Amino acid sequence: MIFYEYEARRIVELAGIPVTKYGFCQTPEEARKIAEEIGGPTVIKSQVLTGGRMKAGGVKFADTPEEAAELAAEILELEINGLMPVGVLVDPKAEVKQEYYASVVWDGNAKKPLMLFSDMGGIDIEQVAEEHPDHVGRGHVSNLMPVGDYEAKQVIAATGVTGSQLTRATPILAKLARLFRENDMILAEINPLAELTDGSFVALDAHLELEAEAEGRQKKLLQQELGIPAGEIRDHYVPSEFEKNVKHLDAADHRGVIQGKDHGFEGNLGLVIGAGGGSLTLTDAVRSQGGKPANYSEIGGNPSVAKACGLAKEVLKKDGVEKIAVMMSIVSNTRVDIVARGVIKACLELGKDPGETIAIFRIPGAWEDEGNKILDHYGVEYCDRTVSLWEAAGRAVAKIQGAS
Amino acid sequence: MSAETMDSVFIDVELDESAASDPELAKKLEEVCPVGIFKATESGTEIVAGQLDECVLCNLCVDAAPEGSLRIVKKYES
Repeated sequence: MIFYEYEARRIVELAGIPVTKYGFCQTPEEARKIAEEIGGPTVIKSQVLTGGRMKAGGVKFADTPEEAAELAAEILELEINGLMPVGVLVDPKAEVKQEYYASVVWDGNAKKPLMLFSDMGGIDIEQVAEEHPDHVGRGHVSNLMPVGDYEAKQVIAATGVTGSQLTRATPILAKLARLFRENDMILAEINPLAELTDGSFVALDAHLELEAEAEGRQKKLLQQELGIPAGEIRDHYVPSEFEKNVKHLDAADHRGVIQGKDHGFEGNLGLVIGAGGGSLTLTDAVRSQGGKPANYSEIGGNPSVAKACGLAKEVLKKDGVEKIAVMMSIVSNTRVDIVARGVIKACLELGKDPGETIAIFRIPGAWEDEGNKILDHYGVEYCDRTVSLWEAAGRAVAKIQGAS
Repeated sequence: MSAETMDSVFIDVELDESAASDPELAKKLEEVCPVGIFKATESGTEIVAGQLDECVLCNLCVDAAPEGSLRIVKKYES
């Protein structure tokens, strides 16, 4: 689960990390009152679950409460990346001496949280890591043992920060690491962590992401502290027609499961893939061999012909899709012949030749022989389990590259 | 040629006329088919064309009907 900035600020505040005297509101009048209480120049920030707020005009500066109200009115009407804000955050305009970066992320390879710190805050940490690697400190923390301040101190000191800055930043990073672990986060980021002109440190912006599977365990935080209704779904972006249609197809038929995502995909090879981690493996295998997937999908649980057909049709209807690759790891309850019927029917109903449109069909398992009869009849190239997922993906990529 | 949906692309069911007009058999077929290919009506069995391709080849209908009166046709084998 992702959080709005005002919620992330609250979580950070609950962890004992200093924040500015901010306020969240949903009307211009409320914004004016908060600005009055702050007393001085303010920043009005759109509360929307997407990046690029500043560029889109979702972050503005006000000198007076009246101006804060006017800007809040504008921002509340401003759509950013297809999303409307749920409100605005009114924040004092801070007198910043230096900006730092502090975060804790889940390191999937080490299977431990990883603390990151940089004395170059306010910009993307990826850019800093690439251009100024000596300005990024890193250090893992245990999943079980208490997080000690000294661990955070080592990470910060590695960037060359010393003296009072080191002393003040250390407890903040340590608290962030504890927050990360105690609240089941997969990302806890403060950027910028600002050193103000009076020498104090405050979190000026926070980005937090909670592990989806832990939402039930974090009811106190989510429902009591933040007032987030149970089961609220939050997406980073507006779902595409493809995603909405696939979701609708899945909900309309209880047999099997299908999922489809195409956010960030713009390739020409449609993927109808699945089975026991097969989707991720196959998407990677296609990309690694120079292929350009048009989507990500998952199919399994023995879907009906109609469901397999529906997913394949949605993939084929996407702009730019030239061929589809139908690939799965070894299936047990999902039937090969049923999926074969579904994807071939999708081609036929769209007026396409299955033999030309399906670059490769690699689904070994239940009812494989029956499936092969169907594939033979329609001239579709298929392979069995002696051909690896990697090789099957490579064949699909070679075929589509040869065609274009 | 492009069509919105196509029925009976892979599977067809042949039911002898005498069996098709038997209301009792119709009820049996409707009950045993897991994917709703048969519908029992007052005049006998109606084949639901839109469901034919969902046939899972379980042969329960073949077993329920008098021997030789119902055949599942796999069009892709012809």
